[in-house]
Amino acid sequence: MADVVLESLPDINTDLSPGSTDQQDFPTEEMLVNLGPQHPATHGVLRVVLRTDGEMVLEAVPHIGYLHRCAEKIGETLAPYQYIPYTDRMDYLAGMNNNLAFAEAVEKLTGLETEITQRAKLIRIIFAELNRVASHLVSFGTYGLDLGAFTPFLYAFREREYILDLFESTCGARLTYSYITVGGVTDDLPEKFVDVTREFLDYFEPKVIEYNNLLTHNHIFVKRTANVGIISASDAIDYALTGPVLRGSGIQWDLRKLPGSGYEEFDFDVPFGHGEKGSVGDCWDRYFVRICEMQESVKIIRQALDRLAGTEDQDVTHKKGKTIKLPADEIYHEIENPRGQLGFLLRGNGSAIPDRVKARGPSFCNLSVTERVCTNVLLGDVAAIIGSIDVVMGEVDR
Amino acid sequence: MAPEEIAELLKKEFGDRVVDTTFDTSHPRIEVQAEAWPDIARFLREDSRMRFNFLRCLTAMDLLEDDKFCATYDLHAIEPAKDGKGPYTLIHGCCIQIRVPRDDAKIPSVAHVWRAADWHEREAYDMMGILFENHPDSMIGPNGKHPRRILCPDDWVGFPLRKDYMFPLEYHGIPAVTEMGQTRPVH
Repeated sequence: MADVVLESLPDINTDLSPGSTDQQDFPTEEMLVNLGPQHPATHGVLRVVLRTDGEMVLEAVPHIGYLHRCAEKIGETLAPYQYIPYTDRMDYLAGMNNNLAFAEAVEKLTGLETEITQRAKLIRIIFAELNRVASHLVSFGTYGLDLGAFTPFLYAFREREYILDLFESTCGARLTYSYITVGGVTDDLPEKFVDVTREFLDYFEPKVIEYNNLLTHNHIFVKRTANVGIISASDAIDYALTGPVLRGSGIQWDLRKLPGSGYEEFDFDVPFGHGEKGSVGDCWDRYFVRICEMQESVKIIRQALDRLAGTEDQDVTHKKGKTIKLPADEIYHEIENPRGQLGFLLRGNGSAIPDRVKARGPSFCNLSVTERVCTNVLLGDVAAIIGSIDVVMGEVDR
Repeated sequence: MAPEEIAELLKKEFGDRVVDTTFDTSHPRIEVQAEAWPDIARFLREDSRMRFNFLRCLTAMDLLEDDKFCATYDLHAIEPAKDGKGPYTLIHGCCIQIRVPRDDAKIPSVAHVWRAADWHEREAYDMMGILFENHPDSMIGPNGKHPRRILCPDDWVGFPLRKDYMFPLEYHGIPAVTEMGQTRPVH
């Protein structure tokens, strides 16, 4: 019997790539497929109508609005501090960051921002970055789930649990915090918070290497994500994509690097896509930007914890936070959320109740690019693309 | 470039189609005519001094006291760092406002200038009822051509973010519950 010699593994994808099907295949009957609104790969109640020809997706049209809760209309009936819990429920994986965006917008409009103490600002940064890590952990875990890897999800939630415990010890809540509020934060840090957080960071940092070994460089995972769903840099800017989706396309843009963001004195990098495994702007790049951002957040938290020393006597809650009146003026303020830029446009009229509250959800803008990316891709890649954009429907629909 | 200089350049280029400017505020803004908006938008995007390539947000507002609707476009111009290293830098930002009468709320679409405007305009139509003309994702409704709704269903009646919006008492046989005290559900 002759020995079987395999020179190299056959590339099973060659006859399925978009270019080759055009030449070898001929169009058959088209079929409309509803992906969602109740589908685990769509991360919530997102419905995407796919026009398919066999395995090829010719067109994908997202339909949203299933989770629309009139957050903007409710904002016109509430004072700012009463609206904070509603912001929690927009991007429910990053409640702290949402609180921060709205609180900062109100403070900038009313001029309260000059009266926020250094300690309150540092606590805000610590919690915003901790929440960024927690949010990216969910993104990392569920992206593995989307592509058929179950274990990373369990790893990610094991670490996220520590962060949620930290949040619980501080404000009592594990998902919808309302901790960062107008004028500062609702309460000072609990005892030993700094030590426990340092312990967590020491524990967490090596875990990122574990994630990379487990999923990032996994051959199957790279096959499913590299060169899939490429978003060019010009498209990314044209569609006003933000956050890891924008940076995955090679654009190193981060609001935290702008003057006035509160992060001026912190030393951290802005990770962006290099096309390491495929092309710049593919699913793998977007995924890997999130992994790197977790490491950068850890750096920021360490620096902020160091700076907390010596500020123990400062007040973290401003007494005007609940009685503040909004002047007859407007403001548009954006901050860098885990998913991109969350912006609030506030228009006051002299009373405590605003005239208009507009929320610009990063997921909303990021999702609008699906229609462009999901043309002429394989059906299985749609889940990879939507997962890499990482939308939270609570924020898309508000 | 400061907002004042941007307004000066726009006035030089478009004359009295730049209606008004407000700089003494936390949100400096330039008000322009609705008819001239696509030309101004193209100028803002393509002129070498402007280069506004990033549409951050479109906000529709109901100014009931002036009997007007207002569309606010917040823009950023970003570019790669000069030496090619480090993060992108912000060149400048500006805000354009367009006010249209409530009974004839029509603004030309700029989705062909910034594709981000596509969904934003659909949302602004859905929530406020501002008609964006020549929108790429339009449909024919009972009252003519309009952008496709995005958050509400296609057969929804009324525009929820208008100040005089009345909450519907039922939708397809589903009785409505309202917290706003504007209308009371009848069961």
